[in-house]
Amino acid sequence: MSDTQPVKKVCIIVSKGSLDGVYPALIMANGARMEGIEASLFFTFFGLNALNKTTLDHLKVATVGNPALNMAMPMLGMPMTMPFPTWMGALPGVSAFATSLMNKEMEKLDIPPVQEFLELISDSGGKIFACKLAMDMFKLKKEDLWDRVDDVLTVGQFYEDAAGEGTHIIFT
Amino acid sequence: MQKTIAGTTVEVNEESYLTDMNQWTTAIADAIAAEESVGPLTEAHHKVLNYLRDLQKQSATITIRGVGKSGVVTTKELYDLFPGGPLKKASKIAGIPKPVGCI
Repeated sequence: MSDTQPVKKVCIIVSKGSLDGVYPALIMANGARMEGIEASLFFTFFGLNALNKTTLDHLKVATVGNPALNMAMPMLGMPMTMPFPTWMGALPGVSAFATSLMNKEMEKLDIPPVQEFLELISDSGGKIFACKLAMDMFKLKKEDLWDRVDDVLTVGQFYEDAAGEGTHIIFT
Repeated sequence: MQKTIAGTTVEVNEESYLTDMNQWTTAIADAIAAEESVGPLTEAHHKVLNYLRDLQKQSATITIRGVGKSGVVTTKELYDLFPGGPLKKASKIAGIPKPVGCI
């Protein structure tokens, strides 16, 4: 395996705005920086929910249409095989409850809240980008976003930023 | 397995992390740092190394967030002091095991 090429840079596209949609990307980006790999995050479509100042620390777990919520059962001291009927996800308060449960578990593992996580990635030299087209679509301005967003990019600019040998583009 | 670092024979694992933190000396730290293209080690580096060694003695979990919030060093400074994988490199230079977490 002498011709193995190391990953030099990851460009991660975040298109979902639920807590469970955003965190994997944040963890992957931070993990890349910890390994000395360059990282950038490009928030588009509902992913912008995680950059909008007023919403970023209030992301919710998607409980509707999530047939894997049984995975959260051990957090309640119940077996993972315990079914969680999908219709229950639509009941008032279920998403909020699942969210607070998940936040608690993440804090235990030293996973920071969204804003602190963005700061951590930015401090580590990772780049945070917002998608111009999605900003227009959702009527968002740069000043609506978290202060330390590096830039608002078009798709073309995103690909320019991704240029280079050893870059990987990851869509989430 | 054994490796001779800075004239001292020490026990290391296959990634050259010291397996016995008590065999560590500052001369060994200097040698590993040079190998890892870090340094030369300054007082700022040593503050981080000592902090990590203290955490390891307490068997505490070492995370980048924890170190960044410790007051010993900011996240930015940590990345500047140990470029190219700060926690991994700092741990190696500090003579403690490679951190296993994802955060």
